[in-house]
Amino acid sequence: MSKMQSVSLTVNGEAVTATVSVRKHLVDFLREDLGLTGSHVGCEHGVCGACTLEVNGAMVRGCLMLAVQADGATVTTVEGLADSGRSDAIRAAFAERNALQCGYCTPGMLASALEYVEAGGTADRDAIRAHLSGNYCRCTGYQSIVEAISDVISGEVDA
Amino acid sequence: MTGPLTIFDKPNSYIGKTVPRPDARRLAEGRGRFVDDKQLPRMVHAAFLRSPYAHAKITKLDASDAATSAGVVAVFTGADLVPHVEPYVGVLTHLAGLRSPPQHPIAVDRVRWQGEPVAMVVATSRAAAEDAAEKIIVDYEELPALTDPEAALAPDAPRLHAEFDSNLAWERTVDVGDVDAAFQLDGVTTVEREFRFGRHTGVTLEARTALAEYDPAEDRLTFHYSGQAPHMMQFIFAKHLGLPEENVRIVAEDVGGSFGIKIHTYGDEVATAAAAKLLKRPVKFVADRNESFVSDIHARDHIIRARMAVTGEGMIAALEFDDITGIGPYSMYPRTSAIEANQVLNLTGAPYEIENYRARARVVFQNKNMMCQYRAVGHPIAMAVCDGLLEDAAAAIGMDPVEMRRRNLMGDDSYPRASAAGMKLDDLSHHKAIVKLTELMGYDALRDDQAKLRDAGVYRGIGFCSMVEVTNPSPMFYGVGGAPIASQDGATVRLDAGGGLQIASSVTEQGQGTNTILAQIAAGVFGVDIDRVRVKTGDTEATPYGGGTWASRGAGIGGEAMLQAAVALKDQVLEVAAAILQSSPDKLDIRDGHVTDLDGAERMSLMDLARTVYYRGNELPPDLKPELIATRHYRVTEFPFVFTNGAMAAHVEVDTETGIVRVLDFWAVEDCGRVLNPLLVDEQIRGGVVQGIGGALFEECLYSEDGQMLNASMADYLVPMAAEMPDIHVAHIETPTKTSVLGAKGAGEAGTGGAPAAVMNAVNDALRPLGASIWQMPMTPERVLKALGVV
Amino acid sequence: MKAPDFDYHRAETLEAALALMAEEDAFALAGGQSLMPMMNLRLTAPEALVDLNAVDGLAGVRIEDQRLTIGAMTRYAALEASGEVAEHAPLVSTALPYIAHPAIRNRGTIGGSCALADPAAEMPALLLALGAEVHLQNVKGARSVAADEFFLGLYETAREDDELVVAIQLPVASKRQRIGFHEITRRHGDYAMAGCAIVATEDLSEVRIAFFAVSDRAVRARAAEAALAGTSGGKAELENAVAALSEIDFAGDMNASTHTKRHLAGVALRRAWAEVMA
Repeated sequence: MSKMQSVSLTVNGEAVTATVSVRKHLVDFLREDLGLTGSHVGCEHGVCGACTLEVNGAMVRGCLMLAVQADGATVTTVEGLADSGRSDAIRAAFAERNALQCGYCTPGMLASALEYVEAGGTADRDAIRAHLSGNYCRCTGYQSIVEAISDVISGEVDA
Repeated sequence: MTGPLTIFDKPNSYIGKTVPRPDARRLAEGRGRFVDDKQLPRMVHAAFLRSPYAHAKITKLDASDAATSAGVVAVFTGADLVPHVEPYVGVLTHLAGLRSPPQHPIAVDRVRWQGEPVAMVVATSRAAAEDAAEKIIVDYEELPALTDPEAALAPDAPRLHAEFDSNLAWERTVDVGDVDAAFQLDGVTTVEREFRFGRHTGVTLEARTALAEYDPAEDRLTFHYSGQAPHMMQFIFAKHLGLPEENVRIVAEDVGGSFGIKIHTYGDEVATAAAAKLLKRPVKFVADRNESFVSDIHARDHIIRARMAVTGEGMIAALEFDDITGIGPYSMYPRTSAIEANQVLNLTGAPYEIENYRARARVVFQNKNMMCQYRAVGHPIAMAVCDGLLEDAAAAIGMDPVEMRRRNLMGDDSYPRASAAGMKLDDLSHHKAIVKLTELMGYDALRDDQAKLRDAGVYRGIGFCSMVEVTNPSPMFYGVGGAPIASQDGATVRLDAGGGLQIASSVTEQGQGTNTILAQIAAGVFGVDIDRVRVKTGDTEATPYGGGTWASRGAGIGGEAMLQAAVALKDQVLEVAAAILQSSPDKLDIRDGHVTDLDGAERMSLMDLARTVYYRGNELPPDLKPELIATRHYRVTEFPFVFTNGAMAAHVEVDTETGIVRVLDFWAVEDCGRVLNPLLVDEQIRGGVVQGIGGALFEECLYSEDGQMLNASMADYLVPMAAEMPDIHVAHIETPTKTSVLGAKGAGEAGTGGAPAAVMNAVNDALRPLGASIWQMPMTPERVLKALGVV
Repeated sequence: MKAPDFDYHRAETLEAALALMAEEDAFALAGGQSLMPMMNLRLTAPEALVDLNAVDGLAGVRIEDQRLTIGAMTRYAALEASGEVAEHAPLVSTALPYIAHPAIRNRGTIGGSCALADPAAEMPALLLALGAEVHLQNVKGARSVAADEFFLGLYETAREDDELVVAIQLPVASKRQRIGFHEITRRHGDYAMAGCAIVATEDLSEVRIAFFAVSDRAVRARAAEAALAGTSGGKAELENAVAALSEIDFAGDMNASTHTKRHLAGVALRRAWAEVMA
């Protein structure tokens, strides 16, 4: 049994075919093989949320999925969310509220925030905080992130 | 308005304005430039085998299987690096008596903490390096692990270092006034408590990351660094790897959080640089999360017995404490591991009028990971001890804790002056801060609610902290003791041919917004739109020389240097403009990218001026030698530190059945002098408060008795997350420091320094009607239940 | 850390997956939300993985003969969104938001949680309280094990190495079923310090109580059930039930001693019972 396998998937709208080591997780594949360094590795055990990205329409932990499992999948990273304009409003709100400092949690935080907003989440601060409970940010204190998301939901952002 | 406009009120000043960070937009698009994002030709990856024991002799180390494992380029043991790396010693001469043995990047024959590097594997991938590391055979002879610092001080305790006569690394005492007499005064009430502060650590989301490349032709090391102090690291790599200092380049682009974690000399990073030099190819090391927990410096770990005497009028008669702190097996290089204890002695009681003050600190070697400076060094301990005792005493004599503070806080008009421990203080506003705080929080109404809820069996508490923060340090912090740590910083401002500014500074950006602050100052003081300013920081080859970012100094020191450089460039540009316009510099100004008359009428654009200078010098008078670049350096001279002050309050609810503490609300009034950018300062305060809440309620590096860290994962080490954190209300008092034109003090550590005391006081306020109290952090559910006598 | 190497097999049919489980010393890869962290931390090093994510027919919820059948590969997010689960297994719907975080629930599966048998996980205790049956299959055939007989110890179940959990079956809840769920956590979505799930008939004639995060496995509290079943469920009976929790073999951890676990279990029971009686 080969420890390498071929995968074909769509990443940020582009078709990608590659041969990957079966043990490589999805984030390492995106970062190292495709140069999509926007997704970050924070803990590699699924707790910090830094690697959160979209696979087949669902936000998942990129470190808890093998690259080979993404064969046939549609993957969207923080770069793709920006390029397509899908994250325009949330990014504008994050900048306006200073909802990021070092920016390391931001790709995962944006993914989780976008999942909440796109699912029709309310501007209720506790509900926003609960939804973000799996995304660690060491810098901000979270309040600005909550406010940025709330701003987007309330339509208070010009993107 | 009279007189000419100043840099603070001219129409295009950005100082004091909310300016969003340009970096934020880039980072949100996934365009960060973190060290691990970089891949270099021929790059290889390092992994470390680390000691599974807290204390052991290495009796055998066989790496032959590892050396032939797939993808392996090299294996290095501690002995392999001995000829190539000069050992380092973490002592400073101004901390008299501090001792620590020489340290090697990889253990040579004895391991002294679980997690100490034992061997390094370099391979074509990190996975291959880890596979090989598992194949290294090491035999250990286990030795007794000294984990409890009190036990390590016992006369018959085994010694961690044979060359020393005990496990004591350093001791300091302070004795001011007549403490014994004060405790004997008639009518004083004495409260006495034992405080315990657990170890916690920084948990930067981006782990420590190093990428070293070496060019043998030029004998040149380039180190891509996720850290805070490029020039300090330049010195360290040069000295310990035997390179000329100018041949070492340190580059720090985006840094995924640091908080003091990334400003020390780590063996794995030194080994990475050494390996790059020996292998003559780029070597990358990225700490994984488990390695972070067992090798990133830890902080706190203090046991303090303390007592305070107060008079019937609520005046503090005396304060005394004894601090024992465990620092791991070595004093960290180059900043040392004695600074936190030193700060505890310096800062405890510093907001208050205290005449009788005695304190002792003992800094002890032990077999745990090393302890060193992490955000708000010593502050949370100093503030919790003094303000904890103060509120305890207030309750004992039946006085409101705010009133107690009003009676004891140093008067806002009493500066300049010194604290009991001899700290020179100026420009502080404790009374204004606590008045503003009680207004902000609606103190009286909260107390009413608290009383009503208690009748309903709901235990809420309100706790305060009046605090100081050490910022903008002078050379008296480190340089005086022989450390390669600059307290001065430099700034360069250059007018380019397009009319925009290129600026560079030796302070660094870790997300706090330094680059934006620097651009605000340069743009505002010089007179261009902020969009016309490009900022360069974090590169020893491209910036002036300076200390980097630590001790909340980036804005205050780096910002003042930038202000001075911008003023200098403006003077230079106006001299040129005057020559071209046949005017005189004192009749001209620069606004919005143009040279103007004093009334604002535009005379020529900066682009025209710059192009004239750069391309058509023939149009200038021959004796005019224009310089469109200026560099200035700045250091604090009159004071060892520029102190800030603040007042904070926490509102908590204690679930007396589960022991879980919920922070309902938090308020912080901070005086960091001139606020340069409220958006950035407020979120610095909030982030700091959240780290403080983490230390107070959640975060602790748990060790077994034999020195194994038990919770070295993010599933088990609890960092504060969004759902548990309160909204944090921030307000400011602005008392500019007189030490600079800019007037800015630091703000980066106040929240972390003050929040734990406020939360602890709030918890004790909640528990008081139940006759319980807790003096140990973090205040975990089990500890709260124990305090309540439930378990 | 990076996972040690392994062979990877992506099964597309149940038969293929079972054949691979029979041939290889393999671990089944379901949602991967527990297995992948353990591999990334090098706490486990399977020779081979059999990925069930592409297997047809293993996911989904259906009602048959008053039984709610949940395919093993049904993800928590799908359970959360399922109207059938909300109607026929309200305890599961109530508990789901407390299980980890949205991104984890988007991948994590009911079968994976069941097969792993983490003592702190919610799902095994829910299955105990609900009287679920675990459907297992290997190349030789299929069998069904009651949840009460399935969870045997710390990460230990009645599943044989070559068997796969293929489905979970629950009795459909009566409209008047009473439920209670409470967990004590320091942070939202964390593994609990103690948790309790209760299912009772409307008249309290039958009461099933299960705990998680207090012992080496999810456990039924039968003496506590007996103390409450057939009573009015008042304060005195509840305190009898709390006292009866000494039947549980409590296991402490680094954050809570055995004694503290015992105390917290009582708190969780009282709070979950308050929901039952609400």
